[in-house]
Amino acid sequence: MRNWSFVSVLVLVAFATFFGTKMVGNSYAFFAGYVVLQYVVLATAWNILGGYTGYVNFGTAAFFALGAYSTVVLHKTLPELPLPLMIAVGGVVSGAVGLGTGYLTLRLRGTFFSIATLAMAVVMQTLITNWSFVGGARGVYVIRPDESPIFDGDYIEYLFLLMLALSVIAVAVARAIEHSRLGYGFAAIRDDELAAEASGVPTLRLKLIATALSGGFMGMAGAPLPYYVTYLDPSSGFSLSYAVNTIAMPLIGGTSSWLGPVLGAVLLGTLQQAATVTISSALSLLIVGVLLVVFVIVAPKGIIGWFRR
Amino acid sequence: MSDPILTVSGLGKRFGGFVALADIELQVERGERLGLIGPNGSGKSTLVNCLCGTLRNETGKVAFDGRVLDGLPAYKRIRMGLARSFQLPRPFASLTLAENLRVPILYATGGQGRGVDVERRCGDLLQMVSLAEKAQKLPGDLTQIEMRKLELARAMASDPRLLIADEAMAGLSPGEVDDILALLIRLNEQGVTIIMIEHIMRAVLAFSQRLVVLVAGRKIADGDPQDVVRQPDVVEAYLGS
Ligand SMILES: Nc1ncnc2c1ncn2[C@@H]1O[C@H](COP(=O)(O)OP(=O)(O)O)[C@@H](O)[C@H]1O
Ligand SMILES: [Mg+2]
Repeated sequence: MRNWSFVSVLVLVAFATFFGTKMVGNSYAFFAGYVVLQYVVLATAWNILGGYTGYVNFGTAAFFALGAYSTVVLHKTLPELPLPLMIAVGGVVSGAVGLGTGYLTLRLRGTFFSIATLAMAVVMQTLITNWSFVGGARGVYVIRPDESPIFDGDYIEYLFLLMLALSVIAVAVARAIEHSRLGYGFAAIRDDELAAEASGVPTLRLKLIATALSGGFMGMAGAPLPYYVTYLDPSSGFSLSYAVNTIAMPLIGGTSSWLGPVLGAVLLGTLQQAATVTISSALSLLIVGVLLVVFVIVAPKGIIGWFRR
Repeated sequence: MSDPILTVSGLGKRFGGFVALADIELQVERGERLGLIGPNGSGKSTLVNCLCGTLRNETGKVAFDGRVLDGLPAYKRIRMGLARSFQLPRPFASLTLAENLRVPILYATGGQGRGVDVERRCGDLLQMVSLAEKAQKLPGDLTQIEMRKLELARAMASDPRLLIADEAMAGLSPGEVDDILALLIRLNEQGVTIIMIEHIMRAVLAFSQRLVVLVAGRKIADGDPQDVVRQPDVVEAYLGS
């Protein structure tokens, strides 16, 4: 399928999702759906670096929280700025941080790169915790407007719609990369970096593109968070569960194509939301753990890999 | 006569305290077919790695096509037309054979910009090494020998001006050796300069217009193949025993 017809299908699916959720007739559906969509964006973003180039990023929470905190800063300085622009700013901030960290760490291979991203997350959290302008360790309150600014409905419906649009963009970008020149370069890096370089692939440059894109989308996923939670503190923004979920979802769905992270995010995200409502929120990490173990044993290449056998 | 395509002067490479290459002087003329031989561990592959930018040589310099390559990363060297095959094949394991060739076509030749029919070029290259019917297979499905052919095809895919084939024929049957030999000679007739590293003396002698011998990281002979193989120190170090 050509890229543009694929995007049309995605948009149709998105509309169906939105109106389907509206038919539930309960704003809780939007609250829960928002989280699932947020994970679609995060997992897709993670996979651009982790799945396509093979560099495992443990620092998702940092990119995500930076997006959220850039919105906090904008909310305090330019409260009139429309949320889509704040999202764009969050993307630029996290993308730039991705580029910077990439430059410092991408000469490291494998596990060392992963540990460096984890360290980066700890450093970022420490910085934010000590920055009183954004609330420091105490956290910060952000007032959520009541009404959607663009159509007749709740603000949560607006947030849901934005996250839906972001999902469409992230998935479309990920898929377009797959069979592009960039995608083949990424795959070559993942398989054998030395041979990639010997085949003309500028490996460092491509890895930087991947980290910037990946970090940027994570930042965009985090940018609306302050309006969603209305109270944000560093320990929830930088929560380890973002990093864990974002790695688990592509692994469960399959890292080789755009569909894997989407499937993983929808499956795991929905399960977690259901468990939070029906039993307890503490259960959600347990679900991830159990599912990961099951998949590593039964379908090490994820759901996609299972069907392609 | 035009200036050489490759000039190596005073090249040295160490691994810790171990001297892998010392004082290598080498010139390769445009369009030449050069054989490079030497016992295992004499530094042949290390020399290839230094020429192509996979390893950094500590001393000396390499000039390709009149341009000094000091510090130039490997991907820029192959874009200039300096290609190599790896002695131990290093295919892209998750990509099909056709996609394996697509990588250098897209990245080393500017193939997209020049409107080359990438699909067709992949097919032609696979045909050349008689792997066409496996175009959609993964490298994991290949035998060791087919893997070597893929490795050679990938080096050729970049449209090189100088191709270094590092033991591309090891393990091949005599018939297959002849096929690859004919392929390399055909490529050479199209203007590609070729350095062939090989243990199969029959192939080396049939191919080379000039022979260079490395022993323990030093060049001990350089000249007409028939003369070189009769040189006493070559006979002793390499062909002896
Ligand atoms: N990366 C490396 N680190 C340490 N020693 C190496 C490395 N690569 C090659 N060597 C050593 O350098 C010597 C030359 O190796 P090589 O160039 O592969 O020889 P050849 O290709 O002629 O068989 C060998 O003794 C080998 O063990
Ligand atoms: Mg060797």
